[in-house]
Amino acid sequence: MSWLKKLIPSRISTQSGQKKAVPEGIWAKCTACSAVLYRAELERNLDVCPKCDHHMRIGARRRLDIFLDEEPREEIGAEVVPVDALKFKDVKKYKDRLTQAQKATGETDALVSMMGQVQGVPLVATAFEFKFMGGSMGSVVGERFVRAVNTSLEHNIPLVCFSASGGARMQEALFSLMQMAKTSAALAKLSKQGIPFVSVLTDPTMGGVSASLAMLGDVHIAEPKALIGFAGPKVIEQTVRQTLPEGFQRSEFLQEKGAVDMVIDRRDLRDRIANLLAILTGQPAP
Amino acid sequence: MNLNFLEFEQPIAELEAKIEELRYVGSDAEINISEEISRLQGKSRDLTESIFSNLNPWQVSQMSRHPQRPYTLDYIERIFTDFQELHGDRAFADDRAIVGGVARLDGKPVMVIGQQKGRDTTEKLKRNFAMPRPEGYRKALRLMEMAERFKMPVLTFIDTPGAYPGIDAEERGQSEAIARNLFVMSQLKTPIICTVIGEGGSGGALAIGVGDRVLMLQYGTYSVISPEGCATILWKSAEKAADAAVAMGITSERLKELGLIDEIVAEPLGGAHRDMDEMALNLKNALNENLDVLESLSLDALLDSRYERLMAYGNIEES
Repeated sequence: MSWLKKLIPSRISTQSGQKKAVPEGIWAKCTACSAVLYRAELERNLDVCPKCDHHMRIGARRRLDIFLDEEPREEIGAEVVPVDALKFKDVKKYKDRLTQAQKATGETDALVSMMGQVQGVPLVATAFEFKFMGGSMGSVVGERFVRAVNTSLEHNIPLVCFSASGGARMQEALFSLMQMAKTSAALAKLSKQGIPFVSVLTDPTMGGVSASLAMLGDVHIAEPKALIGFAGPKVIEQTVRQTLPEGFQRSEFLQEKGAVDMVIDRRDLRDRIANLLAILTGQPAP
Repeated sequence: MNLNFLEFEQPIAELEAKIEELRYVGSDAEINISEEISRLQGKSRDLTESIFSNLNPWQVSQMSRHPQRPYTLDYIERIFTDFQELHGDRAFADDRAIVGGVARLDGKPVMVIGQQKGRDTTEKLKRNFAMPRPEGYRKALRLMEMAERFKMPVLTFIDTPGAYPGIDAEERGQSEAIARNLFVMSQLKTPIICTVIGEGGSGGALAIGVGDRVLMLQYGTYSVISPEGCATILWKSAEKAADAAVAMGITSERLKELGLIDEIVAEPLGGAHRDMDEMALNLKNALNENLDVLESLSLDALLDSRYERLMAYGNIEES
């Protein structure tokens, strides 16, 4: 305890601690502008702050839920589950980290895929769960992604991926790295068959996921102000010993540099992607 | 401390220094001490054998980054003839962290590509410590596509701490450059053999590492992140690098066990730098043997088996 804390009467410090606890469920706070928001309204707004348009991170299942038509939906790859083949242990066992992540998210790993439709256009959509170990790509993410690609191939329907990932899953060591090659190879096959792949980059898309499947779209769409890049900003700062330019590695910066086609507000994604896919697959406008 | 030897090699360094000293005396004083020299040489060999028979992953990691270790151009010079270096990505610049060009392997035309480290400070800077920028990967891609057109096998040599984490590299699309290489290499219509000759550092290594065969020199390492990086993130302390090296399984032996590489190329006693010619010959033989097998396959069989290999990577369970 610091000397200052010791000086403050415990009654006061306790109060300041309690003050933070906003009643769960009714109110939410924008992580960017700190506006206090009515949660139901925020949800109606697809977790985009009505005051400042900040796009908050959302989970994989909610992502697919707000993107796909209500019917039909069929989950792909849920049968694939993780196994700690390396018996990896750092300060914690990988096995325990997995169990913890599964409890916290209700998912068995960091990728959820579904076959469905968007405004009547059939497709396969896959989304990363960032809260599951930072959306890191291990063997299960790689395999589920490949199964999503295979479903696209089988039904000759486009693939859309919403990425949100810190990159490789270190606890799976080189197996994790190889998922970059595996997912990229599957996408090469998809491309060869002339099936469109739209990559939607959401906050954050970094490292091994950015340097493989996420950057291999026919079209790259980014949500506003998402952090997208290969190396993390801290690593870059330490390497080059320079302050990073304003907006560095954000969606708008990537668009300016030619890496993404468009930056689209979450509330417009359904319309825009449905339209785009209809054009790319030669169907009438949805 | 002799800087050409690693910490765990210092007992060998001391013996070698003694031998050198005796040699000097020998030639100077015309006293016949060759017996003593050969006795010490035998001792040095035994010592080296005993130290190297039992290296831990962290020591191997140091070996893979040994300052005397042969680099890509050292191998190119010894394994191939008629090497003609080709430069530039045709769009932005020539990245000296990656070298590539056409050459002959026992007379047969091949394309060689590899990351290149520098020996002294000037060269290290010129080579950017073998950390490629996007233009380096795009040069590699250009050469691979050329190899496909002219039906030449591609031989890559991996030796990098990783892709360069710099502002400029990000601006020019480091992620896309790496991803594109994985994409194209998975379908390139010519045999590809990738060899980890030193440090196989993450995505920056994999970007020239997708192929039909992955070979690894005995004391090379290949990992998703450096032991230091892994330790910093998971243990919150770079001091735990040795533990991270063990946990990740970065050595050729472990990766062969796990089925992630195909073949280990033996190094001379004490490591590749102790006898570059012998090392190069071992590697040349391994390349020739593997190439013979790959060239006997039809193009379809080659690409199918490459694809199957890639799809087989991973540990999963089906519920």
